[in-house]
Amino acid sequence: MKEIDELNLPDDVRYAEDHEWIRSEGDKVRIGINDYAQDQLGDIVFVELPQSGDTFEKGEEFGTVESVKAVSELYIPIGGEILSVNTALEESPDLVNQSPYNDGWMIEVKPSNSAELEALITRDAYLEMLKGLK
Amino acid sequence: MKESLGTTGLILNEPMLWEKGKKGRCGFSYPQRDVESYHLDDELTGTGPDFPDLSEVDVVRHFTRLSQWNFGVDTGMYPLGSCTMKYNPKTNERQARLEGFSGAHPLLPTHLSQGVLKLMFQLEGFLSDITGMDAVTLQPAAGAHGELAGMLIIHAFHKSKCLHCSKIIVPDTAHGTNPASAALCGYRSVPVKSNEKGVLSAEAVAEIMDEDTAGIMITNPNTLGLFEENVKKIAEIVHSKGGLVYCDGANMNAVMGIVHMGEIGVDVLHLNLHKTFSTPHGGGGPGSGPLCVKKDLETFLPVPRVVKNNNRYLLSENFPDSIGKMHTFYGNVGVMIKAYSYILSMGPDNLKKASQLAVLNANYIQKKLQGIFHLAYDRPCMHECIFSDKLQKAQKITTLDIVKRLMDYGFHPPTIYFPLVVNGAIMIEPTETESKENLDLFIEACKAVANEAQDNPDLLRKAPTRCKVRRLDETTAARHPCLTG
Repeated sequence: MKEIDELNLPDDVRYAEDHEWIRSEGDKVRIGINDYAQDQLGDIVFVELPQSGDTFEKGEEFGTVESVKAVSELYIPIGGEILSVNTALEESPDLVNQSPYNDGWMIEVKPSNSAELEALITRDAYLEMLKGLK
Repeated sequence: MKESLGTTGLILNEPMLWEKGKKGRCGFSYPQRDVESYHLDDELTGTGPDFPDLSEVDVVRHFTRLSQWNFGVDTGMYPLGSCTMKYNPKTNERQARLEGFSGAHPLLPTHLSQGVLKLMFQLEGFLSDITGMDAVTLQPAAGAHGELAGMLIIHAFHKSKCLHCSKIIVPDTAHGTNPASAALCGYRSVPVKSNEKGVLSAEAVAEIMDEDTAGIMITNPNTLGLFEENVKKIAEIVHSKGGLVYCDGANMNAVMGIVHMGEIGVDVLHLNLHKTFSTPHGGGGPGSGPLCVKKDLETFLPVPRVVKNNNRYLLSENFPDSIGKMHTFYGNVGVMIKAYSYILSMGPDNLKKASQLAVLNANYIQKKLQGIFHLAYDRPCMHECIFSDKLQKAQKITTLDIVKRLMDYGFHPPTIYFPLVVNGAIMIEPTETESKENLDLFIEACKAVANEAQDNPDLLRKAPTRCKVRRLDETTAARHPCLTG
């Protein structure tokens, strides 16, 4: 597994304490799990995602991700409506391991309250939190 | 260390039966026909199944060779945490095979089934005595099925009081099946975190317990192998808001005859006969997950129930509040017979001693391996102890590598990556049936593996090397499962 200084934590996304990332794209956001999460989980073998049109409150479970080690819940870091999901993950769940911030994205959401986005932590704050966990 | 238990030996390859044999070979003789031959229309008979033609020696060698590839409790130590893989005395098998039991049929009338009914009736009584609960059903077929029965009873209890609760509290140290059982009864599980000591605090429960919560599902001892020491106080909090306490008794092997579950506030408890009460498991069944309840919940137990009337045993459906049937007929009777045999052959004092030794063995391993592997919670444990791969991180050696290498030393790997609250968990449950010599051998093997992790980490990454097959590609197996053979 990676050391903290080996993690790929880009600046152009915000982070949630449950290890999801969120990228703002105009009036919608994209969400996935970050490099730390995919590295901890190990080889991902199945991703269960919601359907377009589903709505969630911030912090609700929106799906699960299954690796050879365990099944983990996915928590939505921001409330809103699902606009689309990454159907490529059905056939190729390994995209989450290979490209967590791009090809391995999970859901696209129309936020119900964009102020929630501002409340999410930055790369540096997330990194500090991880150091506390170790 | 002394000579390793694990060694290499000549293991023979064996193809599938369909790849063996030749047309016309046969391993048995037909019995003499004692009825007249009768011609059936082709449309009634169809073509036979695709079975290979084999001689007796083909079949015997096939299964003997396959058994030699295998590893079980009868082969060696199997410290698979959370699973209680103890040795199962062969006398239990022998009793289950007695003609009166093995020939019994569930459709026989009760006056021809008195023996097996008496056994079930008495087994319920034994389990009541051992747990300190008031009434028992033997119907559930396994642990999670027992949980479901328990949740249905809790649901029926609230319904009888015209209450409709929507939530149930499930700690992060409970068994993974608990939330699923609750969800099947329409409850939403509310997670609660264990404290820094690895157990639930009464304050954490008090904070979320309310009138809309049906109760709490506690696993005790919990999945960290720790006793939920605040359970009595937690039960008082839950009861004061009208809730019930469900206890997952899968880890009962640590507390047989020691903890009176009724007195610590438990209302509903399931047992795993196939774990604690020593019947073979791990091959996919059958299991048995009896459910024990307090007096005021007895009315909801599944039917039919075995009742005693004028010294005769009957099956009664006459319980109008019952949640109904949980299993075809009466549950997995073969497992009940083995558990009954185990309980009688042990006796009350030895059952208690078995639990004491299970706890002693786990603590012995915990103490001896502390510092070799990172200990997750530095405090006395119950029947299992939990380490992690933290000390081996510098060498980039993971939990998986460590336990795969243990296979080369002749041990079944411990449970890994569970419970989830411990990162990289290695969960060791030696059980009471391992002698001190075996425990020492296991400890030596763990130390040798830890030394190899320092000096020659590649040995671990390539492990196992002495088994019939090398490390399996679990990822491809999960991503592209081949389900058709």
